[in-house]
This record gives sequence, structure tokens and C-alpha cells, in this order.
Amino acid sequence: MIKVDQLEIRAGNFRLQNISFEIPGGKYGVLMGRTGSGKTTVLEAICGLKEIISGHIFLNDRDVTHSRAGERGIGFVPQEATLFSTMTVREHLSFGPKVHKWTKQQIADRVEELSTRLGIANLLDRKPHGLSGGERQRISLGRALATRPAVICLDEPLSALDEDTHSEMSDLILRIVKETSVTALHVTHSRQEAEKMADCVFQLVDGKIDRIR
Amino acid sequence: MDRFKGIRADLPFFAAIFWISGMYLLLIVGMLASDLWFAVTHVDSKRFIEILRDSNIISSVKLTLFTCTVSALFSVLVAIPTGYILSRYRFRGKTLVDAVLDIPIVLPPLVVGLSLLILFNKMPPWNGPSFEEMLGHSFTYNVPAVILAQFTVACAFAVRTMRNTFDQISPRTEHIALTLGCTRGRAFRSVVIPEAWRGISTAGTLAWTRAMGEFGPILVFAGAIRGKTEVLSSTVFLEISIGNLEGAVIVSLLMVTIAIIVLVAVRIWDKGNGTRFLQ
Repeated sequence: MIKVDQLEIRAGNFRLQNISFEIPGGKYGVLMGRTGSGKTTVLEAICGLKEIISGHIFLNDRDVTHSRAGERGIGFVPQEATLFSTMTVREHLSFGPKVHKWTKQQIADRVEELSTRLGIANLLDRKPHGLSGGERQRISLGRALATRPAVICLDEPLSALDEDTHSEMSDLILRIVKETSVTALHVTHSRQEAEKMADCVFQLVDGKIDRIR
Repeated sequence: MDRFKGIRADLPFFAAIFWISGMYLLLIVGMLASDLWFAVTHVDSKRFIEILRDSNIISSVKLTLFTCTVSALFSVLVAIPTGYILSRYRFRGKTLVDAVLDIPIVLPPLVVGLSLLILFNKMPPWNGPSFEEMLGHSFTYNVPAVILAQFTVACAFAVRTMRNTFDQISPRTEHIALTLGCTRGRAFRSVVIPEAWRGISTAGTLAWTRAMGEFGPILVFAGAIRGKTEVLSSTVFLEISIGNLEGAVIVSLLMVTIAIIVLVAVRIWDKGNGTRFLQ
């Protein structure tokens, strides 16, 4: 469950106030808004990457408002994948588990499981350079899910993909999210994406959030 | 026919850019070629070996390699955090800090040396021993002064390089590392530094070669004392001052050769996965 209560966020000269919404556990929530409306700022605040002035963020009833990003148990899939250029795909998938001090065997098992599930087993020893947009997004998704987070935040994950890959990736994300029972918050400006993927849809307009589905 | 018309239209543009860059390239090659021509026509092989075997020149080469390496290492160590702060954070007075960090680049080299000399010998301003006296007169006109003089200028170039490097690395990569459980320090070490590796290598190389070319600050702050603070740039000066133009030219060519070897070696090492040990 993701619950945001009366949140006030500042990012440079930009300020959002009274942001409140809730996504029930295991559901797929979509936050819509125009470019520059502040939806990515809300997402980053939930992930622990933006300064919060007031209000609260609860993840599965745990108040994480002032927790460090890494302590929140959130997987983050950024726009355009943003992979680590010096690491192989295997190193991307094992990065989180390694930081969380999993054993070598646990890491190897998880990498195998994720790479098979995401269809990237043949790419494990490759570096990001030269991979397609769809492949990069799969790796980004795998990296975010590697430590089995309870919540996953996706920042316009499909915006840079062509039509065919867009449809394929949205199906994959939905399938993986349902299989793993994580709660998802997906930020987008695309109404089509929201209609296809969301259990609940919120819209951010002029600094206010409305539930539209 | 139409194809040639297109090429003709672009001809002035290509001619201009190739002519301008070609002229500069020609100047550099011309300088080196004339040194080489002078050495070949004025120095026979016996004299050439004699110059290279000169104990003063050998000790100067050793000191140059040592001091340049130390000052380049210090430059990189300082440039990484400084470039990172300038690239990632906004704070009051940032423009001023940025400008101050460029001072060693724009200041005349002799003024850098003079300022270091005053800093160590006339400071602190209150009554009591100067920094030089506190250090037991072991700094000015000694090897540490050579290193500090080289470092002061070389580091400014390294900071600029590192800032540009970090500007080109998306802060997103760090954000992702933070959400994956890293502390700021670990995200910096595991993600940012490997991503910045080429920039670090360039900063180090630039600092090394810059340090080797430094002369003014060394002359004023460390002197050009034979066998003590004499580096290759001071050797060229000393050889010219005693009228040994052949010796000065041979040492200059030696400096060019060393610089080329260092640049090529770093490029080769860079290609061979220089970041491996960081992961």
C-alpha cells in the first residue's frame, strides 16, 4: 500500500502542497499530469529523493517520510532506463542484492530467475551500450525488482519506446507486477497507458490531485 | 551534376574549418620539427649520448617523474570532490568559488610562485614563526616546494576537467543507487566514480603533463638548484642561461618524448578496462 497524506514538497523554486492519495496493496496506480506538472517530483519524494517539507508517506502502514531512500523498500524505474554504463546486465541485476548483503548463491539464483522472467538471459554479460530501448527497460525493471521490494515506482517507463515495444513492455510490466504482488505507482502523461494498466488513476493538475478512476 | 553542385556549395565551409585547424596543427608540428632539425644538424651522436648521460640531467629526469606523479595524484584527489561539489550542488557564492578555482589558470606563472613564496615565508600575519619556520625550513627551495608549485596550477586544470565530467553524468544514476540501498558514499564509489573513470584519467594525464610543463612558479618558489630542485623545465632554462643551446634542445625533445609516452600509456591502460578494480 502507498499512502501519501497532505504532502508538501519543494524542488528548487517549485512547490507542491496538500498532495494526498492512496493506492491499495498489490494494486497498480497511475499518476497522470502534463509535462512540468510535478508528477515526477511526487514520485521522487515517495522514493526518498526529494526534500519533504511536511506531510507523511506510508508504505504498507510504515511511516517512511524521513527514511533514507534505500530503507524504504522501493524499486525505482526511471525514465529512459538510465543504466550504469560500466556494468554488465548481470551486475545491474545483482547490484541491489549485493548492497543488501545477500549471499553469492542467493544473488546468482535471483539473477537467473529475473533474467529468465524478463527475457534477458542472453544479455547477461553485455554492457548497456548498443542495447535496444526495450531491452534497457527490461534491465531497469529487473534491477528495480531484484531485492523483492514491496513497492515499485515507474517514471514514464514507456515514453521513449516505439509503438510495438511500448505494447510489449506494458504487457510485461503488468504481468510481472501481478505475479510479484508489488504495489505500483506509474507516472505518465499518456491516457492510453493509464487506461490499459491502471487499477486506480490520479491526475495532478495545478498542484492538486484528483482521483479520476 | 547535382551531386557536385552540393559539394561545391559546402566547399567554403570545409575549406575554412580545415584551414584554421590545419594552421594550428602546422604550428605545433613546425615547432617540434625545427627542434628535431636543430638537434640532428647541431648535435652529433657522441654529444647526444653525453648530454643524456649528464648526471644533472639524469637527476632532473628522476625528479620530474617523481614530482609530476605526486602532484598529479594530489590534483586528482582534490579535483574529484571539488568538481563533484561544483557540478551537483547549488550554494550561495558558487560563482565566486568557481572563479577563485580558476585563478591559478589565469594568473601569470611567476605571480603564482611569488604568492606561494609570500604565503610560506611571510604568513601568518600575526607575530610568531612563518609557515616555513614552522616546517623547519624544509619547504621553500626544496622538493616539496616543487610539488606544491606544480600542484597549484595542475589541480586547477584537473578540477575543471572533473567538473565537466560530472556535469555529463546524470544524477539519476546516483538516485537509482540510493533507492537500491546505497549510502551517498557507496553510490559515489560504486556508480559515479566508475562512470567518471575516463574523466578522472583525463584529469590525471592533464595534471601530469601540465606539472611537467610548469616552470615560473617552480623557479620562484623552489628555485632551479642543480641536483636539488632542478626539474626538466628548469634544466632547459639553466642550459640556455649557460649558452648550451644543444643541451636545451635535447632536453626539450626528451620532455616531448616523455609526454607522448605518458599520454599513450594512459590511453592504452584506459582501453584495457581501467575501472575494473573499482567494482
